[in-house]
Amino acid sequence: AMEKDLNQNSPRIRKIRDNSYPPNTPTSRMNNNNQRDNHPNSPRDYNYSPSSPTARLRWRNRSNEIPAEVKRGNASNVRNLLLGDKNKYRSMWIRTCSSLWMLGGVFFIIYMGHLYIWAMVVGIQIFMAKELFFLLRRAHEERRLPGFRLLNWHFFFTAMLFVYGRILQQQLVNTVSSDRFIYKLVSGLIKYQMVICYFLYIAGFMWFILTLKKKMYKYQFGQYAWTHMILIVVFTQSSFTVANIFEGIFWFLLPAALIAMNDVAAYFFGFYFGKTPLIKLSPKKTWEGFIGASVATTISAFLFANVLGQFQWLTCPRKDLSTGWLHCDPGPLFRPEYYPLPTWIASFSPWKEISILPVQWHAFSLGLFASVIAPFGGFFASGFKRAFKIKDFGDSIPGHGGFTDRMDCQMVMAIFAYIYIQSFIVHQDYSVEMILDHISISLGHEEQKMLYAKLGDILRHKLQGGV
Amino acid sequence: MHKENTGDAPSAPTPRVLHHRKRNFDAVAGAGKPNGSHLLVNDKSKYKSFLIRAYSTVWMIGGFALIVYLGHLYITAMVVVLQIFMARELFNLLRRTHEDKQLPGFRLLNWHFFFTAMLFVYGRILSQRLVNTVTPDKVLYRLVTSLIKYHMAICYSLYISGFVWFILTLKKKMYKYQFSQYAWTHMILIVVFTQSSFTVANIFEGIFWFLLPASLIVINDIFAYICGFFFGRTPLIKLSPKKTWEGFIGASITTMISAFLLANIMGRFLWLTCPREDLSTGWLQCDPGPLFKQETHALPGWISNWVRLDTVQYWNSYTSNLHCFLNGKRRFTLQLPWKEISVLPDFGDSIPGHGGITDRMDCQMVMAVFAYIYHQSFVVPQSLSVDKLLDQIITSLTLEEQQALFTKLGQMLQEVIGS
Repeated sequence: AMEKDLNQNSPRIRKIRDNSYPPNTPTSRMNNNNQRDNHPNSPRDYNYSPSSPTARLRWRNRSNEIPAEVKRGNASNVRNLLLGDKNKYRSMWIRTCSSLWMLGGVFFIIYMGHLYIWAMVVGIQIFMAKELFFLLRRAHEERRLPGFRLLNWHFFFTAMLFVYGRILQQQLVNTVSSDRFIYKLVSGLIKYQMVICYFLYIAGFMWFILTLKKKMYKYQFGQYAWTHMILIVVFTQSSFTVANIFEGIFWFLLPAALIAMNDVAAYFFGFYFGKTPLIKLSPKKTWEGFIGASVATTISAFLFANVLGQFQWLTCPRKDLSTGWLHCDPGPLFRPEYYPLPTWIASFSPWKEISILPVQWHAFSLGLFASVIAPFGGFFASGFKRAFKIKDFGDSIPGHGGFTDRMDCQMVMAIFAYIYIQSFIVHQDYSVEMILDHISISLGHEEQKMLYAKLGDILRHKLQGGV
Repeated sequence: MHKENTGDAPSAPTPRVLHHRKRNFDAVAGAGKPNGSHLLVNDKSKYKSFLIRAYSTVWMIGGFALIVYLGHLYITAMVVVLQIFMARELFNLLRRTHEDKQLPGFRLLNWHFFFTAMLFVYGRILSQRLVNTVTPDKVLYRLVTSLIKYHMAICYSLYISGFVWFILTLKKKMYKYQFSQYAWTHMILIVVFTQSSFTVANIFEGIFWFLLPASLIVINDIFAYICGFFFGRTPLIKLSPKKTWEGFIGASITTMISAFLLANIMGRFLWLTCPREDLSTGWLQCDPGPLFKQETHALPGWISNWVRLDTVQYWNSYTSNLHCFLNGKRRFTLQLPWKEISVLPDFGDSIPGHGGITDRMDCQMVMAVFAYIYHQSFVVPQSLSVDKLLDQIITSLTLEEQQALFTKLGQMLQEVIGS
């Protein structure tokens, strides 16, 4: 319950991407702290530096925020991030506190398990959607239509039913196998899931059409389209995240950690070495920060994967919706392989061989993606905010802005992680499992027996025929 | 040529590409009249426009019949072509209102996303059929299976490259325009591809499942027009002043009846009812399944004939009609508000007397999705999914994996019996 508005000068707390420094001002050497006199304390200035070592503890991303009103002509109006503001320590303190709380919360939830992580993702989703819907409405506050807000949430609910119904089908079926009646109910629901969601959607669609008012058509259609875009953006990311979670918390934790790592590393590299600007959209980013962060992220991906891969809690997939402890055979990806160190290293190090989990090689690609492509999610968000002249997506998190600001890079990464897993990791091991799952979902008991009998015939035939 | 979707436009019937959709009779009357007396019954020049529309309709129907005769692959090709035209119309729509803000390469970006969407959608729908088509040849088989395996990854990389390209081309002071364009591109692609992907999925389940819904929409249109022509008095909805309750109700009843009869007629042809399991174009032979077997029902005594009916008719006629009901209402709302906003008479002017392709397809969109979902939920489970699964097992698993599956399935069944 921290006070959201710290600086009397700005309505919102500025968040600054702590990656790099404006290179084109002579006073941007960050090791020189005596530049205070060069810039008046202008209201929209970069007052809050999201600094430093505490940023490492940050769980979520920070978005790039450059208010549109900043006068760029004032070259001497230095955007020294860490200087020149009396409030910066206070804001840094607030950011640190909220980061710590977030981090602590996340650790706790991970400890609790898959179901709770899912609940957390759903909660974040709801907040994100709320922020974005609110943003949508705020832009046209004078034209509020009664019941429109409800329509948005109707579509949100439909999307949630659809997405989680599809993803968690298998888990749901496995959870209720024991009881006969609920089993039939659940499998009936799953079978007709598409129809149910479709009719919900059509109901929302018709409701929309019936509430069209003369002279507000353009506004209403615009709203409708934006609602769809918002839901797509929010749900694509979270649905893939949830799918990853149930494959194993590892596949959720590693990409998210890599994004955070990338942020922090980029900040540091920009801090110390930043000279050449990276992209016009984010003037504070530098090539040195970018490249340094890429290298650091890929290396840390390698190491993180090793550390995280040793916990069964993180690597085992969850096949149902229970919350108990997990035991499984982690699969060939997580079995350590031992490589002897070359002799010239072995001579002065205590370890004679290193153990590498095969998954670490995959982690390289994840790290590469996180450092090269995922920042574009951040660019997209900042471009979007600049285009529509909004400062933050919301103000739920003290010191940071809204949830959407935190999640912009995560979005791109979650989708990539899911697709990577489905294409390069899962298929190698589990096709028999997949078909078994498919059988248990889509066929009834008698049909399964029929399939079993027919398959038995075919196999016997093949073996006898000597094929 | 700037066509108005009214009867007053002296549009020359320029014969263009053979289109297959029927026209919207109800919009023939003069929409320019501000007062309420613009129902079809009262229009003077309706007969001339009637002729123009009749002419292009006949061409469209003829072309369509030809394509249905040729087969699944050609229908799919036709759907793809229509898609391209629709997308082009819709992309142009957006650009027309901001003509001064041309950004180089932006149009290309739209088509890049279009191509990615096409690869994704058709890859998913037709992957099984593609595998079935290339089994004989070894090299090609492996190429195709690996393409299918990495299909999602390929499409995603294409999408991400489009995304990165978009970000790199953001120009100062044009952010808002570019972001809106990006969002609209997505919406357009979603609208266009949802419909056509479901349509193609329906086609490969059997042309019947594509032809019947499409014809029902057309019939609904025609009868709404005719009923409005003769009886129309009370307006239906503010959005479409030319629609009447009489037309609506009359059309619903006739559509229901004709759905029943059409299903009977169409269900007799194996060409229409058999699913296509691969991408060949040859003739089809199959066991049509219990849905298309004829059951005889005795009519009440006062009709002394025995009439043969198909089971599928019962289901289809009722639910499809329900949907046409809703479609009829929706179509005009889709059309008109757009036009009011952007002062655009039509989405395009490809079809003489009718407007553009999107004008024709708007109802079909909703119908195709419904037909697919209906088919997947209520029709397919009645047929032979066990065999399909068996085929899948045999084609995609090796012998050892099949045996492993067999033992595991046995265990699973034992557990269920035991519990």
